[in-house]
Amino acid sequence: MNGITAQANTGNFVTVAAASKRRHRRWNLGVVFNDRVMMIASPIGLLVIWELVGRAGFLDQRYFPLPSTIFLALKTLAISGELWMNTKASLLRLLFGFLVGGIPALVIGIAMGISKPVRLIIDPLIAATYPVPKSAILPLLLLIFGLGEGSKIAMVAIGVFYPMVINATSGVLTINKTYFEVGKHFKASRWQVFRTIALPGALPLIIAGTKLGVGFGLILIAIAEMVGAKEGLGFMIWNAWELLAVDVMYAGILTIAVIGFVLSLLFNEVEWLLVPWNRDKDR
Amino acid sequence: MNAVMMAREPEVSSEPQSKVRIRGLRKDYRAFTALEEINLDIADGTFFVIVGPSGCGKTTLLRMLAGLERPSAGTVECLRRGSDNPRMSMVFQGDAIFPWLTVWDNAAYALKLRKVPPGEIDDVVGHFLDRTGLSKFAKAYPHQLSGGMRQRVSIARAFANDPEILLMDEPFSALDEQNKTILQEELLRIWDETKKTVLFITHSVDEAVTLGDKIMIMTAHPGRIKEIVDVPFVRPRKVIELRAQPEYGELVFRIWGYLRDEVQQARLQSEDRLGGKYEK
Repeated sequence: MNGITAQANTGNFVTVAAASKRRHRRWNLGVVFNDRVMMIASPIGLLVIWELVGRAGFLDQRYFPLPSTIFLALKTLAISGELWMNTKASLLRLLFGFLVGGIPALVIGIAMGISKPVRLIIDPLIAATYPVPKSAILPLLLLIFGLGEGSKIAMVAIGVFYPMVINATSGVLTINKTYFEVGKHFKASRWQVFRTIALPGALPLIIAGTKLGVGFGLILIAIAEMVGAKEGLGFMIWNAWELLAVDVMYAGILTIAVIGFVLSLLFNEVEWLLVPWNRDKDR
Repeated sequence: MNAVMMAREPEVSSEPQSKVRIRGLRKDYRAFTALEEINLDIADGTFFVIVGPSGCGKTTLLRMLAGLERPSAGTVECLRRGSDNPRMSMVFQGDAIFPWLTVWDNAAYALKLRKVPPGEIDDVVGHFLDRTGLSKFAKAYPHQLSGGMRQRVSIARAFANDPEILLMDEPFSALDEQNKTILQEELLRIWDETKKTVLFITHSVDEAVTLGDKIMIMTAHPGRIKEIVDVPFVRPRKVIELRAQPEYGELVFRIWGYLRDEVQQARLQSEDRLGGKYEK
């Protein structure tokens, strides 16, 4: 795209107006089309190469079934309703875990950003517990919350919590101090400072943290569902391993990958809506 | 605590009212005295400019008036019109408008915090965006604007708040020369309409003489009042024409005379401090 759309010759002056690509970029089919094509072409390209290499006999199909075989398994699972049942179970756990972990993360994270005492008290706790592998505490969660939904939701919640709380805190801390002074000068109340400065100022990083958190949640839900679950994508994959149905395993893995991809697209849209002042920066 | 900001009822007196009355104002940072013995009366409607070498405490003075810092001693009084208008509105140095608010919402910020009725906000903000030439950009975000336009938003925000006194902390220091001149003209134009009392800080003698009714020169370390000079030029002023007058040059020269020693001294002092740190 050349950024020039209008060239008007008025008398002695030549006016060259740069395209207001900022405003129209989203609806400017050319640019968006290119971006989207690239985003979709790369995974499809990988699958095509995989299929070709597999058909040429370079892959052991016991471990690496052809993409076409995997899609066939996916179709069978979809028709039987099994795929949807398991996907729904995983998504619901992801949603509840996200709410249970994400809301406290936001509140605590922003409070840590605003108040130094709160930060001094909570920061060491987070720094100490963050590096513990979340999968290592799964047995503990099973013990506490039982084999049912509780342990799965807790697992997701813990995964979502850390990146969100850390990003919310640094989101507030990176806000230019002058903005808080402006608030103080114009006599903003505590609540007004939170609502008009801390929250919007931290929002870009909060959203980045949310994306990371959902990613972690997805990783952990698959692990959690492999132990003592009756449904869910993790269960589906584990069950397929026990039956040695490799194509079903791949179907489950692929479904999780697609969920991750769709969620990241979704969060990009959410970001576009919630952070209009950041829109022009690399979209 | 004897350091307080007080509201004063109008006095029954034939003397011209002073809008701001500062007595014995002092600010210490631990052992370091930033400001002392500041006694000042500023008449209502005066465009009062403060110049001084960097580190002379002029910003500290303004920040105390703005309620961002507490005086160590002394009083600041402000005569009020009896309404519930805010006392001070500040135009901050550099970028101080919120990137996450549109031009309109930035200009309306202080009014919204005070919960002014929406209809009134619309009128006032609309007026000042119009006066600062920003009406067309009401829905734009700050990053879409130039530095000069962002500073206009900051000015519109301060004026829209309708304060008793406007505080300006080197509002144009980050702008290039042309933009600076244009914004100075615009500021004078808006100010001529409202005739609010202004306290304006700058390190530029030219800017001080161009804008001010009175110019206060400060000493360095600790900051004290060295001299207060009247600026005789009639209003409304045109920035470029004004600068072409010989009287303008004479006044700039005179003020530089007061300032030169202070700048020199401030430089020596800061070199002393640095030298102590880095000498072998």
